[in-house]
Amino acid sequence: MSKMQNPGAAAVEQKGWLAAHKWLILRRLSQILFIAAFLVGPLTGFWLVKGTLASSMTLNVLPLTDPFIFLQSLVTGHVMETNAIIGAVIVAAAYFLLGGRVFCSWVCPVNIISDTASWLRRKLGWKKTGVRLDRSTALWTMGAVFVTSALTGTIAWEFVNPVTMLHRAIVFGAFASVGLVSGALFLIELVGGDRIWCSRLCPVGAFYGLLGKVSILKVSASKRKACNDCMDCYAVCPESHVISPALKGEKDNRGPIILSGDCTNCGRCLDVCSEDVFEFSLRTRNKLDDVRPNEGSAEDGTQRAA
Amino acid sequence: MAEKTPNKKNKVSRRDFLGDAAKGVCGAGLFGLALGSVVAEAEGKLPADAIRPPGATAEADFLSACVRCGLCVRDCPYDTLSLADMGSSVVSGTPLFVARTIPCEMCDDIPCVVACPTGALDKSLTNIDDAKMGIAVLVGHETCLNFQGLRCDVCYRVCPLIEEAITLERSANERTGKHAIFIPTIHSDKCTGCGKCEHACVLEKTAIRVLPERIALGELGAHYRWGWVEKGNKGESLIEGQGIIDLPDRGYNPEPSGFPEKSATGGYKGFKP
Repeated sequence: MSKMQNPGAAAVEQKGWLAAHKWLILRRLSQILFIAAFLVGPLTGFWLVKGTLASSMTLNVLPLTDPFIFLQSLVTGHVMETNAIIGAVIVAAAYFLLGGRVFCSWVCPVNIISDTASWLRRKLGWKKTGVRLDRSTALWTMGAVFVTSALTGTIAWEFVNPVTMLHRAIVFGAFASVGLVSGALFLIELVGGDRIWCSRLCPVGAFYGLLGKVSILKVSASKRKACNDCMDCYAVCPESHVISPALKGEKDNRGPIILSGDCTNCGRCLDVCSEDVFEFSLRTRNKLDDVRPNEGSAEDGTQRAA
Repeated sequence: MAEKTPNKKNKVSRRDFLGDAAKGVCGAGLFGLALGSVVAEAEGKLPADAIRPPGATAEADFLSACVRCGLCVRDCPYDTLSLADMGSSVVSGTPLFVARTIPCEMCDDIPCVVACPTGALDKSLTNIDDAKMGIAVLVGHETCLNFQGLRCDVCYRVCPLIEEAITLERSANERTGKHAIFIPTIHSDKCTGCGKCEHACVLEKTAIRVLPERIALGELGAHYRWGWVEKGNKGESLIEGQGIIDLPDRGYNPEPSGFPEKSATGGYKGFKP
């Protein structure tokens, strides 16, 4: 149990603290970048990026628009201006290449809140407390959002979307709203259930998850032969069900790529694995040949969990 | 943990499938209803003093297009526009301005409309004089200085479309019996709703306000015709000579010559209720 509360200890010992937190640090930097880039303009007067995550303009040339919001508008019968269409295509293409739910773990400001709540749940031993919802719930939420958009003729999710609300509140300096939204989300994620918002309810994540079913950049358990069953990756993964098919796919002749669209490409499994089983790879490298042979046996059996 | 054998995973019984689908549909339906009611509740509550930017489409169309990115706000050179904060009565995150605080300066190049990527602000608006953000209405008849016979005229003077959107209509000052009253009169076909008049009104609380068109304007019944307009169009009365029975007029019956005299009780002579 104490091991589940402190996953990654072996990796820190093996690789050093920095290497065992490399992707986490990069991810936090990326999340901060996606807020800071929008704050450069209002703070310095040099307009690097204008707008919010919903739609933005970078250096007056690069338009970016959230494709999920774009599609909600489309089902109301409204077709946006060319700039927004181009922007939505660019964003969709980027996530097609980098992984659908890369949005969730590398861009979305709510992720920091969700990670903190989940970390605290782990420390408190609350991992299994709270409401349990089926993994398909978010897909139903997403479907309901589209139906509601079509029926009410509005971009329905934007009335309540905490992701854009939080980002907008930060970028436009509505600090009371920042506190309110992040506080509410933190409590939902801490008490409501493990990752209850981000992986069970949020329709934005579900939408990018669909994109993730075909996206190119993927995590590969390419050195799965070196796995010592310490279970640290399961403990730290926000969508732990995605790991087994790839990591334990040997017996079913499955390739090493984590194919599930639920995977957010957060890279925490790369960090916490003392054996460096995981790496970023491409969807196409999913043949059994892509599994690397075991270089030297797993050193000591003492780390093996049951 | 989440490990299941692939066999178990792939075998879904019909009962399980139907059960899960029913759960999903009901859950999604409930969620959709909840979200729909939030949307419906928020949709209809645009308050009268929140004015949308120039070129904003009708509120229902606006909410199908606006993604609340704030690009219009960022490109407004006068900081007129802002995004509604959570908890305000305007749909959170959508752009608006309050004319009494900062009115629209009616830029020739309309940067807010140019910045809008979604079409919520309609790009077909290219001449700011054609904007219809709202209509100014002189609401404070009892406080407006001009209405009392003074020559304030500030709303008229600051109007970017002076003598078109606001004119001063002259009438007799019955209080003094010898002066004129110049009543600021708004012409809805010209008024853009920029709010310069509301901003400039010298009173503690403004007597002239920009209101959304839906509140500001009356509307005739579809069947209603102005007799004199129809008469002018046709060149003659529409009903004359058609054998329509002309009933005797009841009530006020003016003397054939001149204005009726006042009676001792304060009414007019010849008036029969």
